[in-house]
Amino acid sequence: MKRWLPWVIVAVFAAWVVGSLRVPPEKNWAYDQFGRLPVVANGRTQPFDSLARNTLLQLREKQTANLEPWKDWNEKPRIISATEWLLGVMIKPELADTWPVFRIDNPDLKGLLDLPADPDKAKHLDGKHYSWQQIQPKLSDLERETVRAGKIDNSKRGPYDQALIKLWNNQTIYNRLKYTLGPAGSGDLDARMTAYLTKVEAGRNAFMARREGKDFDSAALGWFSDQFETPLIVPVEKDAAHPQWARVAESVIPAANSGATPGFALQAYNRISKAFLNDNPAEFNAAVADYQNQLAGKFDRELKKSAQEQYFNHIEPFYKAMILFLGALLFVLAYWFKPKQWEWMRVTAVGLVGLALVVHTAGLIFRMYLEGRPPVTNLYSSAIFIGWGATVLGLILERFWRNSIGAMVSSIIGFTTLIIAHHLALTGDTMEMMRAVLDTNFWLATHVVVVTLGYASTFVAGILAVIFIVQGLFTRALTPELAKSLNRMIYGIICFATLFSFVGTVLGGIWADQSWGRFWGWDPKENGALIIVLWNALVLHARWGGLVRERGLANMAIVGNIVTSWSWFGVNMLGIGLHSYGFTSAAFTWLMTFVTSQIILVVLGCLPKTMWLSFREPAAQESQGGRSSAGKPATAAT
Amino acid sequence: MFERVFKFFSSLRLTVVCLALAVVLVFLGTLAQVNEGLYLAQSRWFRSFFIWWEPAGAGFKVPVFPAGYLIGGVLLLNLIAAHLKRFKLTWKKAGINITHAGIILLLAGQLATDMLSRETQVHFSEGETKNYAESSGRNELVFLTDAADPKQDEVVSIPESLVKNQGEIRSDKLPFTVRVKEYHINAALRPRGPMVDKGPPPASNGFGAGLVMTPAPETRSTDERNMPSAILELIGPQGSLGTWLVSTIMSQPQEFNLGNKIWRMAFRWQREYLPYSIQLLKTTHDVYPGTDIPKNYQSRVRIENPARGENREVDIYMNNPLRYQGLTYYQYQMPLQEGEGERPWSVLQVVRNPSWLTPYIGCIMVGGGMMIQFLMHLVGFISKRRTA
Repeated sequence: MKRWLPWVIVAVFAAWVVGSLRVPPEKNWAYDQFGRLPVVANGRTQPFDSLARNTLLQLREKQTANLEPWKDWNEKPRIISATEWLLGVMIKPELADTWPVFRIDNPDLKGLLDLPADPDKAKHLDGKHYSWQQIQPKLSDLERETVRAGKIDNSKRGPYDQALIKLWNNQTIYNRLKYTLGPAGSGDLDARMTAYLTKVEAGRNAFMARREGKDFDSAALGWFSDQFETPLIVPVEKDAAHPQWARVAESVIPAANSGATPGFALQAYNRISKAFLNDNPAEFNAAVADYQNQLAGKFDRELKKSAQEQYFNHIEPFYKAMILFLGALLFVLAYWFKPKQWEWMRVTAVGLVGLALVVHTAGLIFRMYLEGRPPVTNLYSSAIFIGWGATVLGLILERFWRNSIGAMVSSIIGFTTLIIAHHLALTGDTMEMMRAVLDTNFWLATHVVVVTLGYASTFVAGILAVIFIVQGLFTRALTPELAKSLNRMIYGIICFATLFSFVGTVLGGIWADQSWGRFWGWDPKENGALIIVLWNALVLHARWGGLVRERGLANMAIVGNIVTSWSWFGVNMLGIGLHSYGFTSAAFTWLMTFVTSQIILVVLGCLPKTMWLSFREPAAQESQGGRSSAGKPATAAT
Repeated sequence: MFERVFKFFSSLRLTVVCLALAVVLVFLGTLAQVNEGLYLAQSRWFRSFFIWWEPAGAGFKVPVFPAGYLIGGVLLLNLIAAHLKRFKLTWKKAGINITHAGIILLLAGQLATDMLSRETQVHFSEGETKNYAESSGRNELVFLTDAADPKQDEVVSIPESLVKNQGEIRSDKLPFTVRVKEYHINAALRPRGPMVDKGPPPASNGFGAGLVMTPAPETRSTDERNMPSAILELIGPQGSLGTWLVSTIMSQPQEFNLGNKIWRMAFRWQREYLPYSIQLLKTTHDVYPGTDIPKNYQSRVRIENPARGENREVDIYMNNPLRYQGLTYYQYQMPLQEGEGERPWSVLQVVRNPSWLTPYIGCIMVGGGMMIQFLMHLVGFISKRRTA
């Protein structure tokens, strides 16, 4: 039975993955069809579905909108899809304003806005999520405080200041989205057009008045400039080879000036809006389908790209890989209770890691295809790629040693990096466009990929060392044999980590030489990478010189974890240099927690051998007989 | 004695100690950038032999930690000594030897870059032609007179360091003495208000008579540049000619007469003249649709080199520099056009670095060497496991 049990378990998980590939048919409203329509936002063509999901991630850290967050999950709160929420914001803004989609955690900010901080089911409150209707009354207080916080240097802002700025940005994004469809969002385009153009005229006058230093209507100007910050929804058929997209305002104003009627896209969105307002799903679905047909031909490339990206959003490969890694990790941990009898658990874990790798790889390739880029373009994708690289390395180790260590490393790093990626995605679009100097696939494919593999392999060595110390100190499982093989693994991986991090770092220097003539500029990110290289070289030389043995090597490899995490995240928090990205204090707390944990492990690793459970006397006899399965290629347990 | 020194310098322990010190140095040097700024931290931590510490009010400095040059130098010696001692030309050692030779090349190449490379910039707007590049950090005080060729000027250049010393400056080429009365490493200028500024103007002649100069703190930011100002008194054979304010903010020359000659003087970014001219023909600044995110900066320039009979156009854009006669031109800055009448302009970074190729070769050697070494290990390990 135990021979096929692992494959049954893996097959069940595989069936779950395959089953979720299918998009369920829509029963009533064709929201998915609407979500597939192309729009240009953040400098790139994407489906409405991505725009909606990324906005919700920023507002409430989820890709769906829970309209009744005060209810427990078993009370079936009403949860709507991101696209349905976006339709509400664009077409029924008064209704959307009552949906509690702004997540606010900072108590001071709640105090400022007079928001009830305690959950109260009777009053429909959960103490975390608030609607625009609840926030708006105190908007002027929010603005005043945000202006104050904005003047503080980024690195010196406290949690309250950061929460202020985040909420202010979020409300700006939210309120601008309401203008996306312009007059077409009313479902009565012709009637609303005159009023719209009057407002445009008022805004333009205010703009001119301000330029000439006269008094101006700031509300009119604010509305006017918001019209030029919306996503681009109108396709322009200027040049067949390079289709362009425009904002509603950009297409309506010149058309009105020349007396032309609004283009087909605006008419289509008007029809869609009308059906949505009139609660007429059949008409809505027909309008969406007709618009898709109108786009076909001239805008096939965009249609295809958005449909593919929507499908990518739907299958959520990295979320699934994360679950699979977690499953694998549980099986490995269980295996360690009875390694002799429970070999099937190890096989299951390896199978699940393999399945996770398949899903992970597919996701990675799909993402690369969508972006037209190498795998790593930003911090988010570096987390994804470190997880991928570590998984591959772990599986290779498992292939040679068959003692669960490789599977354990794969699942730990795979799971953790995907969690980190999930949190990094909360800042918005993860497929953002690359700024001028980064807009080069050649260097992204070489320097960035190699350096990231260097991170991944240094982490693998570090986690192997953690396993060495935890098992040796707290269990009797670390037989001399296992200790020896763990050491060989650590050593071998550090060799490759040195190679990758060295070559990656120098390639980065060569890229810098190509872009501004400075091979090495002592930029913090460069220095971070250099420290990894120096550290790995130091570990290798210390071992070659006989300065460290088994435990010393393990301790040094754990320090490698600290060094790598500092280079990966820490330098970005310094707020200086070319590679600095804005950062939250939460990330800093996590980094410090990780570093502290690693220091504790090193201290534990330095404890005298007599305190290590595995090195105490009684283990000696046992290790020869009973526990060989942990160290040798296991054949006995089947 | 020699043997002991040699043994010390060739030991593996020294390597490990140096690497450990380097890790600490790079870490602290990076943290120091937060307060000291990139350039100061660079020269204090990496481009010197020791980190110095001055006890408050003590007036003397103590070295507290080895800095970049010392650690790098010792590592280099260590590497060379170790190879002299242990070098064996065998296949088994080929990987290690290639790796270390590559590292020696990299270290030596960086040392050469540090000493030999010069960075300058060309600022121009569309249509403008330049035959010089300007330093991004250094300034010069220049005195100009007409040369025999009417198209050219005689230039006497005085580096900022001499002005900084605030004394008298004499030169055989100048028929007058320059007395530096005041010098500020960074200063702001503004026009004198008729009612507000009642004190005497900073200078009696030139535009200084109508300005107010306010000293400003030295900037350490990488995005800003110090704008030094000085007040000069010129003393001719017949006595003082008056005082002038010079500043890099107003780098257009100020004229004065001495004898039968017209002299012009300016405090300006230090120039390096080129034996050819370069004209900015067209700038392109692409952004992603609907955003301000830059996608590409591109300058189309014409190079005219009469000595080589060359007259050609070329594009310089991000990640695609122009290498020409020992200099490399990089697209550096190009602001989005703000005003309507303003002509678009561009800044090219110009770098002279004779050892620019060393990292390329070094990287290939080290990467290749490690590959050979580790793959030999790995193949040996796998075949051993197979047979086991």
